[in-house]
Amino acid sequence: MSTFDNPFDSDRNLQAGCGCGQHRSAAEHEQAAALRCEPVESEEKRYEGVVASAAMRAMFPQDVARRAFLKSVGASTALAALSQFFPLKTATEVFAQTGTPEKKDLKVGFIPITCATPIIMAAPMGFYSKHGLNVEVVKTAGWAVIRDKTINKEYDAAHMLAPMPIAISLGLGANAIPFAVPAIENINGQGIVLATKHKDKRDPKDWKGLKFAIPFDYSMHNYLLRYYLAEAGLDPDTDVQLRSVPPPEMVANLRADNIDGFLAPDNICQRAIYDGVGFMHLLSKEIWDGHPCCSFAASKEFITSAPNSFAALTRAIVDATAYASKAENRKQIAEAIAPANYINAPVTVLEQVLTGTYADGLGGVKTDAKRVDFDPFPWQSFAVWMLTQMKRWGQIKGDVDYKAVAEQVYLATDTKKLMTEMGLSPPTSSYKSFAVMGKTFDPTKPEDYVASFKIRKAS
Amino acid sequence: MKTSSLRLRAGLVSIALLAAFLGIWHLATRSTAPVATMSPEYAKLMGLTATQGKSAMPGPLDVGAKLWEHLKRPFYDNGPNDKGLGIQLAYSIARVGTGYLLAVLVAIPLGFLIGMSPLLSKALDPFIQVLKPISPLAWMPLALYTIKDSSVSAIFVIFICSIWPMLLNTVFGVASVRKEWINVARTLEVGTIRRAFTVILPAAAPTILTGMRISIGIAWLVIVAAEMLVGGTGIGYFVWNEWNNLSITNVIIAILLIGIVGMLLDQILARFTRMVTFPE
Repeated sequence: MSTFDNPFDSDRNLQAGCGCGQHRSAAEHEQAAALRCEPVESEEKRYEGVVASAAMRAMFPQDVARRAFLKSVGASTALAALSQFFPLKTATEVFAQTGTPEKKDLKVGFIPITCATPIIMAAPMGFYSKHGLNVEVVKTAGWAVIRDKTINKEYDAAHMLAPMPIAISLGLGANAIPFAVPAIENINGQGIVLATKHKDKRDPKDWKGLKFAIPFDYSMHNYLLRYYLAEAGLDPDTDVQLRSVPPPEMVANLRADNIDGFLAPDNICQRAIYDGVGFMHLLSKEIWDGHPCCSFAASKEFITSAPNSFAALTRAIVDATAYASKAENRKQIAEAIAPANYINAPVTVLEQVLTGTYADGLGGVKTDAKRVDFDPFPWQSFAVWMLTQMKRWGQIKGDVDYKAVAEQVYLATDTKKLMTEMGLSPPTSSYKSFAVMGKTFDPTKPEDYVASFKIRKAS
Repeated sequence: MKTSSLRLRAGLVSIALLAAFLGIWHLATRSTAPVATMSPEYAKLMGLTATQGKSAMPGPLDVGAKLWEHLKRPFYDNGPNDKGLGIQLAYSIARVGTGYLLAVLVAIPLGFLIGMSPLLSKALDPFIQVLKPISPLAWMPLALYTIKDSSVSAIFVIFICSIWPMLLNTVFGVASVRKEWINVARTLEVGTIRRAFTVILPAAAPTILTGMRISIGIAWLVIVAAEMLVGGTGIGYFVWNEWNNLSITNVIIAILLIGIVGMLLDQILARFTRMVTFPE
């Protein structure tokens, strides 16, 4: 049952079961539908739908009665009749209304890669202003700088790699400052690119001694590359060299033959192909389909001192993410974010990333619509997985309270509330199990998961 | 007559060198790489380097065309991350100016005091020698961490890097004013303050200004590095932003402009130096 469905559709079940008929229960359907945050034509319509659903449910607690009523009078009459008893318009307005932002002029930092798409596009495409904010999106030189500027309150919120807010909150590589993630930016959207000269070395088992670049130590890129190498029997700490290199320098280094390949965020992968220096070995989605990549993060201090601004900001991001998740909007987005003020990259490159029809660097054109996807929900199980990898590679020593950290940093409950208010359907649970390279991860048993890996840093 | 003909000849040699340089550059960056055969559908998704064997390095004609584009509209403003070259340069010059003036205000009076006292100048020398060679990039994380403001940090880094040559030269200039002149002033019973301003200052001025001239050069070197790191605005940010887009053409243009502005700043200080120089 999706909150977006038309409540005046007589075939729709408002209570038990599932609206689309493909699932046994509403809960099951919701889980399946969780990742599809499809926006309705307008905000207004969406709220109207939610409110109308509630009103219909109140008037006809029995689905059978509601169906009979709708069948006999027709949906438009039902809507008119309902409006008489219950002023839908007013209720919708009240519902959409939230507290006025404490601070309207906000600064949000971003790194110029396609992961930041929702944060960036929200500016030129008006998602921030729609939610009553005047946001300046500021391009930043690197992950360490964006971290420092956000900690120093030069930015109110920022684009960060998904594990960064966890690392900052734990005080890894910086002072411990409580940070929180109200929304994930993108899922998938990374890739392993190798220099063209390695085009016959497609088996990772042959990669001993190669040099790879990753964008940052606390990144999904690092964890996924290490995971991938370890699955092939290579110890990423001793058998290969991993270097932390700012993404734009990766292409130049690959051209100069300083590195053999990299696991980088997109548009950098596609840029290397576009410039003819490398080829796409593997999309990160082939390692873990639906993995988080970048996040939208803010300090706990900002969240508590300006809760309404924070809520409006999150709403704008969730809204933009929902818009970006639609395949038909992707071309338009590519054009909006390509100029020098935003990502500053050729439109062709961004289009290939966002639409998923891309040149693979070996002379072929491939299509994968889910090469990068957008889904705002901050699954706490994602955070738990990242913590297990931090533990696995020795970034955290000693015992970790996985659940407590995950729940403190990944604000699934707040996001759920916001998504519900916006008429999107959030998943019912904040934990989900998933598989990385065929191996299932059970978020309730993180310690067993860490222990199950043969290749890891001895602690 | 003789000097003007020398100047003319030097000018001709300069132009010949430039022409030779541009010619070699042009020849070296012509597309020579073999073009791989690829399907048109694939080629549409690829860049010119891959499809037409275009050199990854732009030629002088590409740079010239792009430069003309920038010069036509130097002051455009497309939002916080994309501004015209004129605006970027203005930001950089303003930052350099602020940091440099602060350094002047601190270095010259302090250098004066240290220079007048041989004890202090000996005692402080090791500290100055240690602090002098530190790179701006090394100061940056420390500044960002303690000042907690990136634009102030950039100014601080300029300040801290440009202060040392001025301080050292002021100390040296003041300390090496001829003893006879000070003695003459003393016999004529000139007060300390008057002595400082009418005897020592004019005598030390050429050395002090040489220090200031070295410092402005350093300040301009530092700004590019600092802005690449803190980002936002300025010519250093412009270089970084275009590097991000792997646009070597724009990077070359920025290098050219950085050189020209640096030269102009140096010339201004050189003119001041000539104004205070005296024949002995």
